[in-house]
Amino acid sequence: MQDSGINVFFMGKNFLRLLEGLGVTLRISLIAVLLSLPLGILFGMFMTWKNPLAKAISRFYLEFIRIMPQLVLLFIAYFGVTRALGWNLSADVSAVIVFTLWGTAEMGDLVRGALISIPKHQYDSAAALGMNKAQTFGYVVVPQTLRRLIPLTINLTTRMIKTTSLVVLIGMTEVLKVGKQIIDANRFEYPTAALWVYGMIFLLYFLACWPISMLARKLEKRWR
Amino acid sequence: MGLNFEFMQKYLPWYLDAAVLTIRIAFFGILFSLLVGAVCSMVQYYKVPVFRRIVSIYIEISRNTPLLVQLFFLYFGLPKIGVVWSAEVCAIVGLTFLGGSYMAESIRSGLESVEKSQIESAASLGMSKALTMKEVIFPQALAVSVPGICANVIFLIKETSVVSGIALADLMYVTKDLIGLYYETDEALLMLVVFYLIILLPVSVLATLLERRLRYAGFGN
Repeated sequence: MQDSGINVFFMGKNFLRLLEGLGVTLRISLIAVLLSLPLGILFGMFMTWKNPLAKAISRFYLEFIRIMPQLVLLFIAYFGVTRALGWNLSADVSAVIVFTLWGTAEMGDLVRGALISIPKHQYDSAAALGMNKAQTFGYVVVPQTLRRLIPLTINLTTRMIKTTSLVVLIGMTEVLKVGKQIIDANRFEYPTAALWVYGMIFLLYFLACWPISMLARKLEKRWR
Repeated sequence: MGLNFEFMQKYLPWYLDAAVLTIRIAFFGILFSLLVGAVCSMVQYYKVPVFRRIVSIYIEISRNTPLLVQLFFLYFGLPKIGVVWSAEVCAIVGLTFLGGSYMAESIRSGLESVEKSQIESAASLGMSKALTMKEVIFPQALAVSVPGICANVIFLIKETSVVSGIALADLMYVTKDLIGLYYETDEALLMLVVFYLIILLPVSVLATLLERRLRYAGFGN
């Protein structure tokens, strides 16, 4: 009975459909990461400003985004904004907006952490060598910040991929939804399909995230 | 936009019930996560053969898959091989499966931060392994681990929001229900945000206080 369940993947284009479903969430995470990178760098630099108003604003933004479950943010964007502003955001647009806002906050905090981790004497030494501000930034600050940032940013990407699985709960047709369709369509021929399909989705997510996590860990070790 | 306070008052009990469910799942999930994390970190710290491999495989799997997918597998997949759990049990098991690895990593980083010389000194004083753990390693490791553990606690409470995916009537579920039934979107979402703030803000403040307290109790740095 159990080997019959696995055959559900070889029926028609079932397996391909699952992969396409995973592609939907991967695409959203990729877009959100690509948008979060520049925005997060700007936000991180903004957070290091001494201006109290800038501090208050960035602090509030970061804390609010951080303390709310991402699913709540998705609901606010998908159900709330539509109603309050009259914009008709589709599920994938609201997902991209929410994950970009979230990614910007997280990325900004990483950038801020990396920037303030550079000791003051490095700036002083650069000044003593006669470097101007741009040179100090380009030759001293950026190379050191990047080393710290790149592994953390890669980790953020895996978190993004895992979190985008939530979009099924605002009604997007992604891998979990496709999986459910396959299970429902084959309910009588393959009664154990649910086990295989959800097991396969589990494996697919693992295969999507694990290499990225390994890469981050390797870089972190090498650059320490 | 005027808020419909009558509506909010009427459905407040729904949210209260849902909040209780969220807190209950989070409480047990975090408690078991800590136990699993403690056991796993011990196995890794003492490099117990065989188990060490199993633990590191578990940690990789748990950290690289989303909770929602884990829950779907537990709730919809496992009954096909005769393992039928209620949604709430699935939620707690899923949260523990996810949280255990996060807790293990935090606890382990604390244990590993204790210098080898301290353990050797304890050995030269004739302390047993268990006594060294209790009197030397644990108190110092705690101070390093606590910020990570607190972050995990907040993370796990937030993660409970996905249990609505397996039809548990938590805060998300009630909100979606009310939006669908009455179209009072603003009110439902406002109550959702407020309830999560009521749950999460005190935890977050408490975590900050605890971290500060332990840092002062630390080693004078």
